[in-house]
Amino acid sequence: MSESMYAQLVGLCAAVLLLCAVLIVWRRSLHGQIRLLAAQGWGLGVLVAVLGIHEGDGQLMIVAVLVLALKGIVLPRVLTRATVTDNGDLREETPLINTTASLILVALLMMLAYLVSRPVQALGSTPPVAAVPVGMAVTLFGFLVLSTRRHAVSQLIGFLLLDNGIGTIAFLTAGGVPLVVELGVSLDVLLVVLILQVLTSRIRAEFGGADLDDLTELRD
Amino acid sequence: MSGSEAGVNLPALTVALSQVVVLVVLSPLVIGLMRTVRARLEGRVGGGLGQPFRDVRKLLAKEPIRAKGTSWLSVAGPLVLMASSLVVCALMPLLGTVTFDRMPDDLFVVVSVLLLGTVAVALVGLDAGTAFGGMGSSRHMTIAALVEPTVLLAVYALSIPVGSSVLSRIVAARLEDPTSVFSPVSLLALLALAIAVVAETGRLPVDNPATHLELTMVHEAMVLESSGRDLAWLELGSWLRLGALLGLLATLLAPWGVVTEVSAPGLLLAALALSVKLTVAATLLATVEVFVAKVRLFRVPELLAGSFVLAFLAVTASYLVAPG
Repeated sequence: MSESMYAQLVGLCAAVLLLCAVLIVWRRSLHGQIRLLAAQGWGLGVLVAVLGIHEGDGQLMIVAVLVLALKGIVLPRVLTRATVTDNGDLREETPLINTTASLILVALLMMLAYLVSRPVQALGSTPPVAAVPVGMAVTLFGFLVLSTRRHAVSQLIGFLLLDNGIGTIAFLTAGGVPLVVELGVSLDVLLVVLILQVLTSRIRAEFGGADLDDLTELRD
Repeated sequence: MSGSEAGVNLPALTVALSQVVVLVVLSPLVIGLMRTVRARLEGRVGGGLGQPFRDVRKLLAKEPIRAKGTSWLSVAGPLVLMASSLVVCALMPLLGTVTFDRMPDDLFVVVSVLLLGTVAVALVGLDAGTAFGGMGSSRHMTIAALVEPTVLLAVYALSIPVGSSVLSRIVAARLEDPTSVFSPVSLLALLALAIAVVAETGRLPVDNPATHLELTMVHEAMVLESSGRDLAWLELGSWLRLGALLGLLATLLAPWGVVTEVSAPGLLLAALALSVKLTVAATLLATVEVFVAKVRLFRVPELLAGSFVLAFLAVTASYLVAPG
């Protein structure tokens, strides 16, 4: 793979990650958000594969397949199952701040991401380092979704966005982590999502909805 | 650029004139195509490709009837819109990247000429003093105020790698290096630009061009009081805008066919390429329109804020590819 093509592919994957993250903040329908999350998982998997091919690292290729399978296929499936029983209630009720405001916040967070990752960018000017702010931005968008949405599944999506962001930074700066660690982290995320899915369906069975704003008081 | 000393830049003039002619012919066909595609997908027969032509010919033959108390604005507005649309058609690098030295197809020139037409239509809507006209104009200006920054920012993002805000330089740079079309900057900016173009030309989901339901119309509300020749100019002017903007989008996405040196066969080929691009773009747009509903007016700012953010991200991403 030539250098310019490598740079372009890394840039393209970063753009896909960023675009999916912005669209997740934008969309209200839960199914749409889950599809976007799956697309982002594919983007991350391809990014890891590109890094792996460029460095000729076989282990990184295995990690790429793992990321693709987990974030592109398994986790979206689990999330879809968490929403399937939700009869008709597939739209996020108005988030804590409206969509226009959160989109403007996204722009501000992007600037913040660039400011924060300046020390990292000082390390060099290779394509992966140049793309680090995208990872930072996706992490920050994840925080935004996590803190402004009311629906349990939306918050779960925010959590996974956060995880994708952290994963992106790790792959871009360190060229990935050892396979064992990656396996551990992936299993961890999978377990968290499975547990939260069970919890969500329990909440829904118990209270008839998954709006977490209703769960502010303790009652006997 | 050699002819500038002589006062007339002949190649640029040729390109500009041929663009105007080609777009005047193609734009009504594009509208006809979009209506036909839409009709066929909805199970209707539709009026056919030539129907907009026939409409305009019929309207041009009729004398305009103006409401009592309207000022010269009702007379001048449609002509200003038509003139500004023709200037936009002449300036856009749709057939060739040869441009005038004195008045290049600079981003800011194009956007200001577009805005001139927008304001003219809004004034026509206000002039007759009807409730619908005023409502339409007010909505139109709100949307325009939200769209213009996005257009500026999106094209600015595209201009950073080239180092010039002249549209033909951007297209020429893309012709030289086709891979740059698929760079993150270009993808984000084009997506933002596409949403802005849809809003600017009053297509679904921002405005329904086929509606006459008073609560939802934007463009139709403004031209409600116009008739005859006035209406013909207003319609043709807005079709030309759609054709030019759609053409710009298609040219930025697929710059092939645009000539850099003026020659008769080259221009012919470019015109053919442009009609193919416009056909594809119009069919796509019409197909998408079948599947979306008009968004509530209060959700329009949300859509445009989204496209603004995409354009903004495109600007930031342009520093991502070329650090430093």
